[in-house]
Amino acid sequence: MKALHRLRANPGATYALGIIVILTLGALIGPLFNPNDIATLDWAHVAAGPALAGAHWFGTDRLGRDLFVRTLEGTRMSLGVGLTASAISLGVGVAYGAIAGYVGGRLDQLMMRFVEVLSGLPLIFFVIFLTVVFGRSPYLLFLTIGAVGWLTMARIVRGQTLSIRQREYIEAAIASGAGTLRIIVKHVVPNLWGVVIVYATLTIPQIILFESFLSFLGLGVQEPHSSLGTLIAEGAGEMEAAPWILLVPGSVLAILLLCLNIVGDGLRDALDVKER
Amino acid sequence: MSANLHPTALPTLAIDNLSVRFGESAAVRDVSLRVEPGESVGVVGESGSGKTQVFMSAMGLLPPNARVQGSVRFEGTELLGVAPAVLNRVRGSKLTMIFQDPMTSLTPHLRIGIQLAEVLVTHSGSSWADAERAALLMLERVRIPEAKRRLRQYPHELSGGMRQRVMIAMSLLCEPSLVIADEPTTALDVTVQAQILDTLRIMRAELGMGIVLISHDMGVVAGLADRIVVMYAGRIVEQGPTAEMLRRPEHPYTAALLRCVPALSGPRLERMPSLPGQAPDPRRADQGCAFAPRCARAAERCRVEMPQLRALSRRHEAACHFPLSA
Repeated sequence: MKALHRLRANPGATYALGIIVILTLGALIGPLFNPNDIATLDWAHVAAGPALAGAHWFGTDRLGRDLFVRTLEGTRMSLGVGLTASAISLGVGVAYGAIAGYVGGRLDQLMMRFVEVLSGLPLIFFVIFLTVVFGRSPYLLFLTIGAVGWLTMARIVRGQTLSIRQREYIEAAIASGAGTLRIIVKHVVPNLWGVVIVYATLTIPQIILFESFLSFLGLGVQEPHSSLGTLIAEGAGEMEAAPWILLVPGSVLAILLLCLNIVGDGLRDALDVKER
Repeated sequence: MSANLHPTALPTLAIDNLSVRFGESAAVRDVSLRVEPGESVGVVGESGSGKTQVFMSAMGLLPPNARVQGSVRFEGTELLGVAPAVLNRVRGSKLTMIFQDPMTSLTPHLRIGIQLAEVLVTHSGSSWADAERAALLMLERVRIPEAKRRLRQYPHELSGGMRQRVMIAMSLLCEPSLVIADEPTTALDVTVQAQILDTLRIMRAELGMGIVLISHDMGVVAGLADRIVVMYAGRIVEQGPTAEMLRRPEHPYTAALLRCVPALSGPRLERMPSLPGQAPDPRRADQGCAFAPRCARAAERCRVEMPQLRALSRRHEAACHFPLSA
């Protein structure tokens, strides 16, 4: 609660958090306020600029589909992939890394070699394999990206844990008779939050970009559904003739990423008790 | 005073022939030591004399590359080589430790109240509410001002002296039989040092637990300990009742340590007295007296034959071929 209070005392982070909330709400309920639909082709307004005509507030793409609705849907998709995948990588990565780093010795060796083997696998092959077995679905996409994202998180957490393990308060906790699990959960993991949260906010953009890459290959989000990545890829082709097709999803992505970074930074400061 | 009060009782801590090695280096060499119930023992020696390692082995806090031999029994229970779960039944409740640097030995992100209560919840299975009440009482006993407010504070909001009081309170929560204080005042201001030592003295009078006070400072130990044990190069070189050790040291090393305590009265000295030479290399072969190279009284015999601890009076022992009284 105190951390939340400190976060609110930081105006940059508060505004950034507000913008993220607005974008998220917009992505969830925004399309309801517009008569257009993500798949309807409006032949009267093909590649039209932003205008009130036909309620195409952000313009249309080269098939005459409404960009406002498509961008919001894309934001929803990208946020969903980004948040789910980083939640998975956060949960699995922190637990895995903290255990390996704290227990150390042979278990550590074994666990980290496993991580290395997994990160040695070509990701694309992995995704194609899963898509073939389970069929294409956005949920599978969430899971696959999350399943790979935790590897780096586990490495970072382990490194950090190795240094925390040497601190005197851990020795004091051992001397006071606390068990291994309790020490990991109460004395080690909370000290990791700073690093973990900054890294997680940095992975969300990476994941969003990776998602658009997969979609481009035909393994991720499929037409007529959209994500910010596919919209930007589409817009880049029309950059000279109809710049808004790139600018609208591009600005949304840029604003989103900037706000995520500012919030991550603010969170790190707010969670770090020592810095004040 | 207390060693003879309970002649039949089991010693609180019984260390027998303890040796600790790190690869080529021997940190502790064949140390045997007893702490009787309620007794206060001061362990003195310079850095690297092994004084901390002796008690780290009792707490199971030696690094994994340490090789340990001998036996450490706490109230009759062997502590060396047992599983951490067995050790956890004793450490933190009956056998506790106060660390040197209170700035770093409290977990930074946990409130004082939670850290204190955690000890009780872990060991006596009391509820968090009960544990916090007990923590508050203990904070008041160690004379922390505004104890109630402190419970809700984080370690960085407290001064060094106050944090050390919190550590003392934490070590006393489960009514231990023995508290090991490893240089509890080294990291503090001189004025605060005296207060912390006072607190330890008062708490001992109130709760009657034994104390092992590890220090490099004879002055710190003299005020609190019933008995002083002097260690040099991993061995005990002299032990005896505090008053006797201060008045009539037998081992030249103890005498040299005492000379290094600055006196407030008497003639002004040009330089602080210091001990010439360096502490011996811990990889050195165990031959002859380790102190011989720095000792003014050393003879040929000291370099060849290892002096054994022997009684010079009823409770005073020294490991020296040529004790000062001889």
